[in-house]
Amino acid sequence: MAAEKSGRSSLANDPNARALLYQGLLAAGLIALLWMGWRNAVVNMQARGIPMGFGFWDETAGFDINQSLIGYSALSTYGRAFWVGLINTGLVGAIGIALATPLGFAVGVARLSPNWVLSKVALVYVELMRNTPLLLQLAFWYNAVLKTLPGPRQSLSLGDLVFLNNRGLYLPRPQFGAGAFLVAAALALALGGALAFRFWARRRQASSGERAPVALVALLLILALPTLAYLAAGEPIGFSLARLSGFNLSGGLQLSPEFAALTFGLVTYTAGFIAEIVRAGVLAVPHGQSEAASALGLHRSATMRLVVIPQAMRLIVPPLTSQYLNIIKNSSLAVFVGYPDLVLIFAGTVLNQTHAAVQVMAITMAVYLAISLAVSFALNLFNARNALKER
Amino acid sequence: MPAPANSNAAYVRLAPEPILPPPLLSRGAIAWARANLFSSPLSGAITLALVALALSMLPPLIAWATTRAIWSAPDGALCRAHQDGACWAFVAQKLAYLSYGSYPVAERWRVDVVEAVGGALILWMLWPRAPRRGLGAALFFLIFPILAFVLLHGAEGLRLPQVDTLLWGGVFVSLLTALVGIVFSLPLGVLLALGRRSSLPIVRASSVVFIEFVRGVPFITVLYMANNMLPLFLPPGWVPDRFAPPLVGTALFSAAYMAEEVRGGLQSIDKGQYEGAMALGLGYWRLTGLVVLPQALTRVIPGVVNNFIGLFKDTTLVAIVGMTDFLAAMDNAFQDTVWSGPTILATGYVFAGLFYFVFCYAMSRYSAAMERRLAAGRGR
Repeated sequence: MAAEKSGRSSLANDPNARALLYQGLLAAGLIALLWMGWRNAVVNMQARGIPMGFGFWDETAGFDINQSLIGYSALSTYGRAFWVGLINTGLVGAIGIALATPLGFAVGVARLSPNWVLSKVALVYVELMRNTPLLLQLAFWYNAVLKTLPGPRQSLSLGDLVFLNNRGLYLPRPQFGAGAFLVAAALALALGGALAFRFWARRRQASSGERAPVALVALLLILALPTLAYLAAGEPIGFSLARLSGFNLSGGLQLSPEFAALTFGLVTYTAGFIAEIVRAGVLAVPHGQSEAASALGLHRSATMRLVVIPQAMRLIVPPLTSQYLNIIKNSSLAVFVGYPDLVLIFAGTVLNQTHAAVQVMAITMAVYLAISLAVSFALNLFNARNALKER
Repeated sequence: MPAPANSNAAYVRLAPEPILPPPLLSRGAIAWARANLFSSPLSGAITLALVALALSMLPPLIAWATTRAIWSAPDGALCRAHQDGACWAFVAQKLAYLSYGSYPVAERWRVDVVEAVGGALILWMLWPRAPRRGLGAALFFLIFPILAFVLLHGAEGLRLPQVDTLLWGGVFVSLLTALVGIVFSLPLGVLLALGRRSSLPIVRASSVVFIEFVRGVPFITVLYMANNMLPLFLPPGWVPDRFAPPLVGTALFSAAYMAEEVRGGLQSIDKGQYEGAMALGLGYWRLTGLVVLPQALTRVIPGVVNNFIGLFKDTTLVAIVGMTDFLAAMDNAFQDTVWSGPTILATGYVFAGLFYFVFCYAMSRYSAAMERRLAAGRGR
């Protein structure tokens, strides 16, 4: 019995000791790998004369960028170029998300439509978008469609308001004169009034069952108030239209073909994925819910809007968020069409000029990572608030 | 036959009436059309509008691709003259380049062999009724990569001349990239998924950091990093082949996504399976390898295939670091001034689209069929 006094035969069979050993080995291996990589990087960078710090940030960039929302010239610094790229990435991401969501929901609902033709058309759209590479779609829109459009003198136009040619898409550019803020204030007031009316109508419906024409009142408010302010302030808002002058169009709001192709491609591609998410979410709501709703006398669209979609949202939102992140990550395909986003400007031009590969890549990846982590954090908050309340 | 209960009744039916056919409007094509095409005025209007749209767009499109297309021509002149039809002659002319890149013509049989063996092994591994699928998987993941490397790269000892990767290109590079992605990322993904569910804090933390980092950044930045930074981290004097960094980047990127897929499978395994295996005295590795992973991996086949579709589509991005994949080969072919013109561009992209669509659609059908098959076994 003496051998069993300690309770275990050897240290090698002790789970705790093994756990420590495995983790120690892993940690040592990782640290050795990182340390070797770091040492090699230092030697290699010195040998090739690559700068070690972030000093390049304040140096003059010396290259031009053809689209910038903030002031930028070839005399600006690399740091400024970084911000230009980041803002351009954000612009494509925001517009892409704003357009892909409604298109995706529309296609997803069309997929579920009882109308056979409509649901098959939506099916063809979804399968085409999901089964071909985004890069191919972008290249097609950019090279085979936009680049082969007629030149400025033979622009395709829509009622002389919108022009499309091989130099891009021209929209009317709003011009704000003195007093334009009055219109904005009236719009804000109308929106606030509509929200307040909706709040009041809901309270009244909850307490008395009487319904109020919320949509009509809101529409009237939002249309009438700014129009009145617009007339009262002496028509301060106008639109400058693109006009043909010489060999090119001038005036208006010009969207570069690169921007147009990238946004259009991203939106149509991602909408295919969003449609499938919406469809799966709606199908996952138990059939009894819509049957009960129609037993209560709600018609199909009211059933969808009031009963099915609110329950489906719980399932739709998490994958939808990851599609939003995909839009932002996929906007890096801008490199292939030449739209100046973060990757093209910073991880492309700046990296090639400064050779500071490690620093530039670290900053670029940190930006995307920060966006991803922030969105996941927001999603976790949403999930915690909207989880099924189980008793 | 029992007598009628009330003998005063004026008429009692004793024989059943013949069954009448259902009303014309409630059966057959008409009823189907009423229910599915014209259930309401709006639905009817949508049907008519979409059919009109299809009638106005499809015939010209089909004519563009078939009757008005140029099927054979010595150069692009004929295609430039006929702007209203596709230029399949361009695709036919460039087909060899699009398939093999600049791989020497005399050695192209090696590419064919690798593709044929790889295709056969994938079919063996994925066809549910094939015998000994495990053996197929073992061959695919262990023996096939070595065979592919020896054949494609060449080995002087076997009298296979070396072929520089500069000459590699076309469809075969796309397939190769996807293949390297799946062969290395699946085992790595399994390890990462096990690591993420491990009870050891350092193992778990390093898995989580790797997975979340890779999933948080675009594939292009991973490729840029592999291309620009990997050579810096290697000991001085080591110069990797130009294909190595992007392939490493692809495998690592894909591994993070595979890991999340496999983790889903691991989480779906019933707790009783773990407890049963532990009660039999199995340790961690045998518990995992003999009980948990076989069940988990079967369940994640649809997810892994979907992931592979994404990976296959993403291989188009390797062009950014100088690999000539199918799409890059197509772009190179466009640069040929003998063959240039707007219809040639459109034809090339349509052809590339068809190629990717056929592959991806077939895989997604397979994935959906597997999903149904697996659900049938678990259904109640």
